[in-house]
Amino acid sequence: MAGSARLSDAAPAIGRDAPDFLGRPGPSAVHRLNPLTKATLAIVTVVAAVVLGGLIGPALLVAVAVVLPALAAGVIGQLGRLTVLLALPIAVSALLINLFFFPGGTTVLFQIGPITATEEGLAFSLEILARILALSGAVTLFYLTTRPSDLVIDLERRGVSARIAFVANASVQTVPAMVERAGQITAAQRARGLDTEGSVWRRIRGILPIVGPVILGSIAEVEERTMALEARGFGRPGRRTLLWWPADSRAQSVARWALVLALVGLIVARLAGWLP
Amino acid sequence: MSIGLSGVGYRYAGETKAALLDVDLDLRDGEVLGVTGRSESGKTTLCLVVSGLAPRTIGGRIRGAVRLDGEAVDDWPMHRLSQRIGIGFQNPATQLSQVAESVFEEVAFGPMNLALPRDEVVTRTWDALAALRIDGLAERDPRRLSGGQQQLVAIAGLLALRPQHLVLDEPTAQLDPAGTRLVADAISRLAADGGSILVTEQKTDLLAATCTRVAVLDGGRVAIAGPAESVLADDRLPRLGVTEPSSVRLRRAIAAAGFDEPRIAAALADA
Repeated sequence: MAGSARLSDAAPAIGRDAPDFLGRPGPSAVHRLNPLTKATLAIVTVVAAVVLGGLIGPALLVAVAVVLPALAAGVIGQLGRLTVLLALPIAVSALLINLFFFPGGTTVLFQIGPITATEEGLAFSLEILARILALSGAVTLFYLTTRPSDLVIDLERRGVSARIAFVANASVQTVPAMVERAGQITAAQRARGLDTEGSVWRRIRGILPIVGPVILGSIAEVEERTMALEARGFGRPGRRTLLWWPADSRAQSVARWALVLALVGLIVARLAGWLP
Repeated sequence: MSIGLSGVGYRYAGETKAALLDVDLDLRDGEVLGVTGRSESGKTTLCLVVSGLAPRTIGGRIRGAVRLDGEAVDDWPMHRLSQRIGIGFQNPATQLSQVAESVFEEVAFGPMNLALPRDEVVTRTWDALAALRIDGLAERDPRRLSGGQQQLVAIAGLLALRPQHLVLDEPTAQLDPAGTRLVADAISRLAADGGSILVTEQKTDLLAATCTRVAVLDGGRVAIAGPAESVLADDRLPRLGVTEPSSVRLRRAIAAAGFDEPRIAAALADA
């Protein structure tokens, strides 16, 4: 982390003989931002998109707070793919429903049989679309440029209790293990004749013999895991040693507060009716 | 004498029957004590009691005295006890902290919990990795290792706490032959470095290869205990649900076939 040595809140010079892969800096300046800075940006973008409303506001947010950083981080391609996957189903349904069934729609664009597409409906669905893009884009950008463990380590350094940090981190990290377990159990139940294909009703009936063992198996492991953690000194009260933590800087701290203040200002302006 | 049990009994919370009864065991420094016996004979319970997890973490009622290096440790909290005696379990996956991105961070988890200075954490982690010869794995994601490698990482995680004693509960139960060999070699090396180790195991071949003394449990009591060679050749083993080591079975088969047993035994010893 030599590059961050100038920063006031720099990452620690990792002690003698510590491996250099710990806290290896990310590939871009955006990746290297402190996780809390990126989390603040994502949360402020999401809330601001909802507060602003309209088309221009959220669209500008998408351009400035999502597309620009994604370009800088070199993740625009992944961001695009994930956004399509995440937002497309909701966007399409929102577009269809509002285009055809917007309550105040009077200006007719075109007609398909008994249903009418209105201009007001189109405008409203575009506004919804801009908001959905800002929401999913901000969250996806954070996910693509931040390792969950970095955020947790950073929070622990800032004073969040080791136990809360552990639970947060373990829950995120357990997801792939749960998916793998679910896959194994599905295969095992199929080998014993469980039908997981065919009609919707059959699929629903097939879920129970899979979900049950996945959840019960995880609960059964809890005691083993607890004992293993206790045997490694996890029960000791007080703070732990951290081997490394993500770098932070005065400028980033100022930027975070500025973002939060801007958001507060926006909410006040919305409540006071100063916004269109 | 470093681990001493006298008249130890234990009953799990919510059970009416005791899982351990009147167990007396002594384990000296540099000694590997193998504990075997059929399923439900009390092997795991013994490990939990010796390591202090029972009753500290899992409740239940204990009787008798467990002494470490002559000290009564009844009122020690687990994090203090774990620096004197480490415990490893069968399933490598459940022993991983789940929050480490690399093997190095996984092994460092224990010393980090103890809030040791960072240099000390790093030194201990490298030492533990080197003791099990897995320094080459330091950068790897622990969740993507084989079971045998994960088990070595788990044991390294215990060694990083620098305990004088180690308890391993069927450490090779879920491992393939290659993984079993890795763990067996590690146990022998640790004992050669002066650690005292209690290992429970169904695989008596592994006990024959690593242990100085063996105890056989039956119904929560010690049925036979003594030097490894004599216990593992004891006639009562099959009745106690224990498969004899292959060397013992071979010697029996040779004797039963009427060959000159001492000469063949000498040849086996040379091999």
